[in-house]
Amino acid sequence: MTAAVDRTRRERRLNRRIADAALRYLLMLLLALGLFGVILLLSGKNPLHAYADILRATLGSTYGFSEVLVAMTPMLITAMAVALPSRVGLINVGVEGQLYMGACLATWGALTFIDLPAWALLPLMVLLGMIGGAAWAFVPGYLKAIGLVNETITSLLLNSVAPKVVSFFIFGFWHGPMDTNKTANFVSAARLPTFFGTRVDLSLIFALALLVLFWYVMRYSRWGLEMRAIGGNPQAALRNGIPLKAYQVGIMCLGGAIAGLAGMALVSGYFGLLLANFSSGIGYMGFLISWLSFGDPLGVLLVSFLVSVITTGGNLLQLTQGLPYAAINILLALALYIVLARPTFVRGAK
Amino acid sequence: MTLLAILGIISSAIYSGTSLLYATLGEVVGERAGIVNLGLEGVMLVSAAVGVAVTSRTGNPYLGILAALLAGVLMNLLFGYLVITRKANQLASGLATMFLGFGVSALIGKDVVGVRIAALPRLLLPGLEGLPRVYSSLFRFDILVFLAVPVAILVWWLLFRTRWGLGVRAVGENADIAYASGRNPLWLRYQALLVAGLLSGLAAAHLTIAYTMTWTEYMTGGRGFIAVALVIFSKWHPLRAIAGALIFSAAVALQLALQAAGVQVSPFLLDTLPYVLTILALIAWGGTRRHSAPASLGRVYLGTE
Repeated sequence: MTAAVDRTRRERRLNRRIADAALRYLLMLLLALGLFGVILLLSGKNPLHAYADILRATLGSTYGFSEVLVAMTPMLITAMAVALPSRVGLINVGVEGQLYMGACLATWGALTFIDLPAWALLPLMVLLGMIGGAAWAFVPGYLKAIGLVNETITSLLLNSVAPKVVSFFIFGFWHGPMDTNKTANFVSAARLPTFFGTRVDLSLIFALALLVLFWYVMRYSRWGLEMRAIGGNPQAALRNGIPLKAYQVGIMCLGGAIAGLAGMALVSGYFGLLLANFSSGIGYMGFLISWLSFGDPLGVLLVSFLVSVITTGGNLLQLTQGLPYAAINILLALALYIVLARPTFVRGAK
Repeated sequence: MTLLAILGIISSAIYSGTSLLYATLGEVVGERAGIVNLGLEGVMLVSAAVGVAVTSRTGNPYLGILAALLAGVLMNLLFGYLVITRKANQLASGLATMFLGFGVSALIGKDVVGVRIAALPRLLLPGLEGLPRVYSSLFRFDILVFLAVPVAILVWWLLFRTRWGLGVRAVGENADIAYASGRNPLWLRYQALLVAGLLSGLAAAHLTIAYTMTWTEYMTGGRGFIAVALVIFSKWHPLRAIAGALIFSAAVALQLALQAAGVQVSPFLLDTLPYVLTILALIAWGGTRRHSAPASLGRVYLGTE
């Protein structure tokens, strides 16, 4: 009897907490929109028109919505590449580099085995992409595990190396007959299939499957339990017989492999070729998304969706409002700033 | 390789190394106070755009420098508000600052894209008046180049020879103990970020007003991240930062010269050298306390009870 009352009371409290959180995030978003509106006004644009344009371009049509999904896919995957290592207390800032190496190795596969049918080539490219990313993440993971160098610094430094390695291969060996800074278009067997005539491709399914898998493993498996234990207190976990070093290296590599998958998905799905410096900070965006959603799968999905709406809408602002494309980064950064600053709208509420 | 080519490498290394040195010094000051600013790239972009916009509007490069300094300080204080007052995560806040910088600089710079601005006057290195013109033209530098090494020494003096510097370093090592010895960690961190902002502004000002003399989007091209790497390479020490910035920019200049001489070395692989060297240096120094980072680097000071 009392247990049942307790449970309903706890549920009601939980519901109220969720409602409070939703309200807070909504207010934060409105605040960000308001601030960006002021900036738009200052540069002589009508913010209401701009926002209407963004909404119409993204959620107002099937095509617009599909473009949002296209932009969201790599963010989902890169966010998971950060969220997984963060569960064992590893900070993977190196997703950008791992993504490049994944794309690099997957491209090597696509250019070497051009005669393979799609059912063999695509899994091979996925595998190669994941190996590339994992290899890039192995260095920081291993150096951290043996207690030599902090993984944050090394993975950040390697971010600057990877795009140059990719450029080396493109400019030196892989460039197409007409260009110097990109490969020729991949053969159709090396392209991820797309759905319903839009640019949404199979990698969206990868991403969603990854989210569900992550949630399931974290919640119901032994590995999830052990990883949470390491994240909580590594020394205590070690004393309880959890192989700490193996986990640190393994999970970092797994995070890298996921980032490599994102790279593979970008070259095989979105671009259909490998382009020098193709990622405009998607890895860093993944870090921010994962951090803002506390590595929670549902949160990752929501934040990624919101960020994609903003970036996709930014494309249109450039056309209709004559703003530089990068200007949409302001709205993005304002939203991030406001969430990071954790404002309390109601005094006393946290 | 002729003498002229070698002198050319040195000259261009000094030119491109100057902005790197300023940026590295700024990051050194911030990190000594325990704050990693990954948004340095964004801060520099905004400073650069403001500097170019003001210079092209007024025609006065000195006003442009002043504006760039101000912009650097403002951006850093904004970042500081997040990580110091609101106690937000430094890495995430830094990346957010980077994105903000991309956007704000594009908006500010959109009317001056490709516009050539009045540059800082270049003065011949004293004592070289007798050289032939071909040589002497390689040794004409602007005032910011001449000031770079003195500023590095000034930063060293500030950090290691003043009470203020002792306080800043104490906060970076252990904010609780700094608090217990009567210092205000939050206020000191703001001050350190203010100085860092000035130096980042100088870096951006030299890059645009003296070096490229135009504005293009993303013109810093990763210099902010190079500076973050150089801070580690120079072991958080302002004087070693001089050597670090010079070695790095000499490598870049050498690679350009090699290409011009027809030597087959991939520029992209050479570009990776500084990062690889930094990682190797980190591994070599790994584990020894003496060379490690400020102890509470990246940690949020939540206040002392």
